Amino acid sequence: MTDTPYFGRRVPRNEDATLLTGRAQFIDDVDLPDMLHVAFWRSDFAHARITGVDLSAVRARPDVVAAYVADDLGDIWGPGPLLVPPPPIEDIVFHERCQVPLARDRVLHAGEPVVAIVATSRYAAEDALEDVRVDLEPIDAVVDLHAALEQDAPVLHEGLDSNLAAHCVQQKGNYEEASANAELVLERRFHYDRGASAAIENRGVVANWDDSNGKLTIWDTTQAPIPIRNGLAGLYGLAERQVDVIAPFIGGGFGPKIMMFYPEEVVVPWIAMQLGRPVKWIEDRSENFYATTQERSQIHDAKVAFDADGRILGVHDVFLHDTGAYDPYGLTVAINAQCTLLGCYDVPAYYSEFTAVFTNRPIVTPVRGAGRQHGVFVMERMLDLAARELDIDRVEIRRRNYLAPDDFPHDHGLVYQDFSSLTYDSGNYAPALERAAEMIDFPAWRDGGREEAHAAGAHEGVGIVSYVEGTGIGPYEGARVSIDPSGEVHVATGVGTQGQGHYTTLAQIVADAVGADVARVHVVTGDTREFNWGTGTFASRGAVVAGHACHAAGMAVREKIVECAATHFGVDGESLELGAGKVTVAAEPDRSITLGDLASLANPLRGAVVPGTEPGLEATAYFGPARGATASGVHAMRDCCRPGDVRRADPRLRCGA
Amino acid sequence: MKPPVFEYHAPGSTDEALALLGEHAWEAKILAGGQSLVPAMNFRLASPAILIDINGVDELSGIETAADGSLRIGAMTRQNVVESSDQVRAAAPLLHKAMPWIAHPQIRARGTLGGSIAHADPAAELPAVMLALGAEFHARGPSGERAIPADEFFFGLLMTALAPDEMLTAISIPAQAPRSGTAFVEFARRHGDYALAGVAVTLTLGSDGTCESAALGLLSVSEAPMLAVQAASALVGTAVELSDAEGAAELAAGEIDPTGDLHASADYRRHLVRVLVRRAVVEARAGIEDRG
Repeated sequence: MTDTPYFGRRVPRNEDATLLTGRAQFIDDVDLPDMLHVAFWRSDFAHARITGVDLSAVRARPDVVAAYVADDLGDIWGPGPLLVPPPPIEDIVFHERCQVPLARDRVLHAGEPVVAIVATSRYAAEDALEDVRVDLEPIDAVVDLHAALEQDAPVLHEGLDSNLAAHCVQQKGNYEEASANAELVLERRFHYDRGASAAIENRGVVANWDDSNGKLTIWDTTQAPIPIRNGLAGLYGLAERQVDVIAPFIGGGFGPKIMMFYPEEVVVPWIAMQLGRPVKWIEDRSENFYATTQERSQIHDAKVAFDADGRILGVHDVFLHDTGAYDPYGLTVAINAQCTLLGCYDVPAYYSEFTAVFTNRPIVTPVRGAGRQHGVFVMERMLDLAARELDIDRVEIRRRNYLAPDDFPHDHGLVYQDFSSLTYDSGNYAPALERAAEMIDFPAWRDGGREEAHAAGAHEGVGIVSYVEGTGIGPYEGARVSIDPSGEVHVATGVGTQGQGHYTTLAQIVADAVGADVARVHVVTGDTREFNWGTGTFASRGAVVAGHACHAAGMAVREKIVECAATHFGVDGESLELGAGKVTVAAEPDRSITLGDLASLANPLRGAVVPGTEPGLEATAYFGPARGATASGVHAMRDCCRPGDVRRADPRLRCGA
Repeated sequence: MKPPVFEYHAPGSTDEALALLGEHAWEAKILAGGQSLVPAMNFRLASPAILIDINGVDELSGIETAADGSLRIGAMTRQNVVESSDQVRAAAPLLHKAMPWIAHPQIRARGTLGGSIAHADPAAELPAVMLALGAEFHARGPSGERAIPADEFFFGLLMTALAPDEMLTAISIPAQAPRSGTAFVEFARRHGDYALAGVAVTLTLGSDGTCESAALGLLSVSEAPMLAVQAASALVGTAVELSDAEGAAELAAGEIDPTGDLHASADYRRHLVRVLVRRAVVEARAGIEDRG
């Protein structure tokens, strides 16, 4: 396409009217007749043996319909699926230990559910929680990453002789040789602490079993409805076509809402099937803090060797990665930290070794960055420290180490989280660095501005970092584009939406492809009834991968539009123009037809078509990249504070890039 | 995060509220802004059998300035109303400047002046401010109304001088004396969180330019909001130079008995009090000169 009326331009958002008038359906808006409500009894102990559960008082409550423990779940009880197997890296060790729907013999983290109570309201269900009697024998909790690996540490998982969850070494070049003649070798330990994502909307599941049609409908705050549909169908012994998963509007995903097969996701639909009534569970904020997956904790012991000019000769990084109580998401977070550490830089020798550790803390899965920033933090701190030691300014030391614009594609010789080689497709880092430095007036700060501010009683600081982000990973996404006789354009794709603006961005892509008004392009995401194939929204891949699929499907429809209109007007396809919802013969502007009318023509009721003709203006297309794309960026900030007034920094000095 | 079952009453007048309170006393809780009570109920940390919601009692809201310049503020006056009140800004600048430190705007829109005082959380701003202001609390019960000075009101963790059948109806605050200065400082990990420590100061200078009276209210450093009495008396008679502020800070750090918790050790809280008292006294003293 040579011109794009919509793509890359500002347009009013298609979803805003629905959102701003309160009509958007979020999970808790799903309200079905006769619906029951679930509350989970969760362990407050991080590590304990379950020696008995007494639900007699719970079951005696008039508002309680059912209560379940692990043994009640029958065949569906068992460890959940390993969502991401370890990448094919030589000598990699990985111990798969996935979460169970309800803890049976032991609880391995605070917040792990033991009992599910079904009642006529959430209030009644929570009242009944107070009658649950679970006998727990506390075991010492494993929380410190180094202590977790010591001989006398309590071991979380049966069948393992330590809390080691995984071990992985990746290297290129030879660090020892590369660093032998270094001017400077810096060694530092970096602690990266736990963090939890707190989306505005917590998780939730609503399920309804329709016995007359043999159909299970699940509304789920998931970023990946299709994998959830497929996995749950298999677990419940249903055909995939018997299960619909709908991810409605979702108030933020950030990773933890990925295809997790959380205990609640597995148990709530099963309860709906057991009881033949709709069932709802909405996570409350206190549950969110320990029942939803988290991220972050790693401890890096890093060494970086530099020559006298501040050029990196080699990086040596050994780190511990906290995977929490279970490791259903494999090694994605740790591999991301390992692979993202290299950043924008030309690193001739790299040795990276990590040990993933089971701890009695909530499960670790990707959260907002998925491990990338841990690596960036290590590298960027080291560059700042080296800049100080070698008396080179912080912008300059980065510039000297950047890969050059003609170094691409650049294969690092490592295996990335998507199992393909860590290859940067393209890059040109210096212009962004220069622009960011200019935006915070870095030279002025460096050449006396800092001292001047200090003399006036203010501490003025600068932070500047650059990074490369692997994104847009496979395997694939798809989209279907169809045009209605009314002229409305419909797009369906399998990814879920959690506030990214897909209803507008994907519509922009399709509107340009088919020549429609963007406001008349209606996008459906995250609904297995509408689109049957795909993986989900994660790793900044929705716009890249689903966007490409939308474009491909749109262009396939465009071909049908042109063919149909060319036949209709008896002209060559080349002589037609598409735009504003119609097709016009370029040389004769009064000869035009709307997309809606063309759609009707493309679906004749009588007569004959050329054999092989597909009806309607509709096409489905898929896109699967060979490997992820690489993005890069620079963050810079100059800020100041006055002694005794740490919070009220002078806003005039606050600028970022 | 749903409260256990409770009985709900919504009286339309103070008399009606007091009658309900008299009837249920120990089982009942007054619901004012609900910004502490309702979360405590949702966490099932509090489970009052009866809630008496006084949000419909209009006579408990409002700010009046008396002829002598002092303020009388109804217990149910919302915190954001106090925050934006010109009367408060004029008569009690310390209260005005402390208000933005209370939680977040959404909470101040519901939270009430009296609710926070009667709840008596040692980490709350208002009790410490009331101590530094020398405020007086008006309580009504079966035997009528009585006035309780702020420094006789706070007993311990969430404990006050109010009897179970009494309710706080209004707060009186004396007008700030001439040649006075005030300051409020606190330290929290994030603005709006419970402060790890905080100080509210009132200083008044005599005609000779030395300190005539001083009051330092401290929050988050003991079982109850408290006055740093020794620190305050040490300031009296001094010119409130930096060294005097440092002396007072040292005394204040000595007269508290903080406990350590997940957020800060006892030592760190003591350190904060030393730093914050010094800053607050210096700021309060500087404020007097600013006003000419």
